[in-house]
Parts: sequence; C-alpha cells; structure tokens
Amino acid sequence: MPTTYEPIATQTLGSAALSITLSSIPSTYTDVKLVFTGTTSSAEYLGMQFNSDTGANYANRSLYGNGSSAGSFQALNTNYIYLSGIPSTSTTIPFLLEIDLLSYAGSKFKTALIRLSLDKNGSGGVERLVGLWSSTSAINSIKLLIGSNGSATFSTGSTATLYGIKNA
Amino acid sequence: MSSVLGIIASSMKGVSGAYESIATVTASGGQTSLTFSSIPSTYKHLEIRGIARDTLTIDGGVGVKIQFNGDTGSNYVRHNLRGDGGNAVAGANTGFDNIAFVGGSIGDSSTSNAFGASIISIVDYASTSKNKTVRGFSGSEANTSSANFYVVLNSGLWLNTAAITSITLIAGQASYAAGSTFALYGIKG
Repeated sequence: MPTTYEPIATQTLGSAALSITLSSIPSTYTDVKLVFTGTTSSAEYLGMQFNSDTGANYANRSLYGNGSSAGSFQALNTNYIYLSGIPSTSTTIPFLLEIDLLSYAGSKFKTALIRLSLDKNGSGGVERLVGLWSSTSAINSIKLLIGSNGSATFSTGSTATLYGIKNA
Repeated sequence: MSSVLGIIASSMKGVSGAYESIATVTASGGQTSLTFSSIPSTYKHLEIRGIARDTLTIDGGVGVKIQFNGDTGSNYVRHNLRGDGGNAVAGANTGFDNIAFVGGSIGDSSTSNAFGASIISIVDYASTSKNKTVRGFSGSEANTSSANFYVVLNSGLWLNTAAITSITLIAGQASYAAGSTFALYGIKG
C-alpha cells in the first residue's frame, strides 16, 4: 500500500513578517495539513486566505475554552478564515496551529478544520474552528496573516510546514 | 550519545511508512451508507478523513453515523461538545445503535457546494481484549447565521472487544449526496 503522508514545504521566518504564504501547492493530494508554530509581535488574532482571494468569501464558527468558560462564535462574509478568535497570541510563548484542508483540490467549497493550542502560563486557551471558503477553485496557495493589526508581525523563527495526504 | 542517535534513526525509519492509505469510498448520490470492509489488522490505529452532504432537505449541519462489524445493536456510547456560533453545548447518549459525528455533513437545503468535514480516529482497533474508543473532529459551515451548523468534538465507545474488520458510515438523515467521500488510513505502531 502506498505511503501517503509527506511534507510538501516548510517555511521558517528568518526575519519578522506580516504574513506567511505557501504557494504553488500541487493538486496531487487528497487533503493537505498545515502545521504552524510561532509567536507574534503583539497579542493578536490570526487569519487565513486562499489563492490571494481578499474578498468577503470566508466564514467561520468556533468552540473555545479559556480556562474559566467555554463558548462559541461565528463570523460570516469575512475577508479571511479566523484561525484564532478568543485566545490572542503571545509575543513570547509559541502557539500551535494545525489546519486540515479536506478535498482542497476538489470542485466543492473548501472546508477547513482548525485546532489552536495556545497556553500562556496563566492565560490563553484552546480553540477548535470550522472554516469555509466559498470557492470551487482548487487551493494552490495559503496565506497566514495577522487579522487585528496591520503592523503586527509573525516573529523570527516562526515555522509553517505543509503536508500532503493522499488516498488510495 | 550513540543511543540517542539510534532512537532518532529508528523514529525516522518508522515515520517513512507509518501512515498509509487503505481504501476510499465515494457516493455517486443516494447511498444510505458507505462501507469499508476487509480491514487488515496490521495497523495500530485507523483514521478516517472525509467530506459529506446529505440529501435531506434541511438547512443545517447533520451527522455521520458509524457502526463496526455490522453491529446494529444498542452497543454504542457517545459524547459531543459543539459550538453553534453562539453557544457551547454538550450532549451524550448511551445504548445507541451507532456513534454519531455531529456536524460531519450538511443538509441539502444548505448553501450549494458546501460540505461537512470529519476526521475520525479509531484507537487500537485490532485489539481483541478492549472495547473500542473513537475520537472525532467535525465541522459544518455554510456562511449563514443559523445556529444549526456546528464545530464539534466527538467521542464514542463501541462496547465490544472484537477486532474491527469493517466500518459502515451511515448518512445522518437520508442519504449521501454525490461527491461525499471518505478515505481510510492505517497508522502503524
């Protein structure tokens, strides 16, 4: 049986950056999974766009826990998929994002399942999200961005790795 | 020093073939269930990844239901924790005839081309001495303010110690719409 889970690309920031883009994603897999760990220059929330689409073609809902309560939010007709809604990022403590894009190269709208682990030693939380990109295009690039502040950056050393998962 | 290097080398060797595709099932439209059969016992764990849409004409997320080895008895237990966009809600059932992965599919009155998604892990599936524990992460979103779409954490238990040799994925409400598809992967131990 074929081995089916393999890295496609890794990008590690050599200097602070406003966003991180993984481009030229081949369409030869069934799903792709993006794993990101890093910090940001200020406490922010995060977003994701596909194929340079900056239109209001994204939607979200989340489930989160912040150490004292659990909740849920939704965001409709947004310019990106929210990757973090309630727990904001840290300048010093790395957070972990795992983003599964199922049937990313298919002809349906694209659904993302997102896991955020963001413990800040006394604050932070855990969050799970589902995101929708209302486009039937195959995803060929993924952009991670900081949604709440135009000048905030991902810190040096932040790392994104994209894996491809191929079915039989 | 050398023992550490040995561990690293061993781990890397294992990773190269640790996750393998076993089979894929895809609905052409109208199937009430999709089945993985003749599952080999040579892996440690299983993972199912898929997208689904249901033919029932409702506007909202629906479930994907799972049964093992053709067992239709009341031998399944399940919990879920879900967010509907406004609230976090928990639910549970005992004595059910399936484990439901709430939010893994979408009703047919929902936004066109939107599908629910699921990632389901089945731990130690080939054991002949343990009941089987299942974990799911599923979500349905259709860019609507309806509280009938969800992001969901699912847990389930099959009260049976038999090795799992077949998995039936039942459409949550009516039948699968064309394009619904699930892939089964094996993870080596």
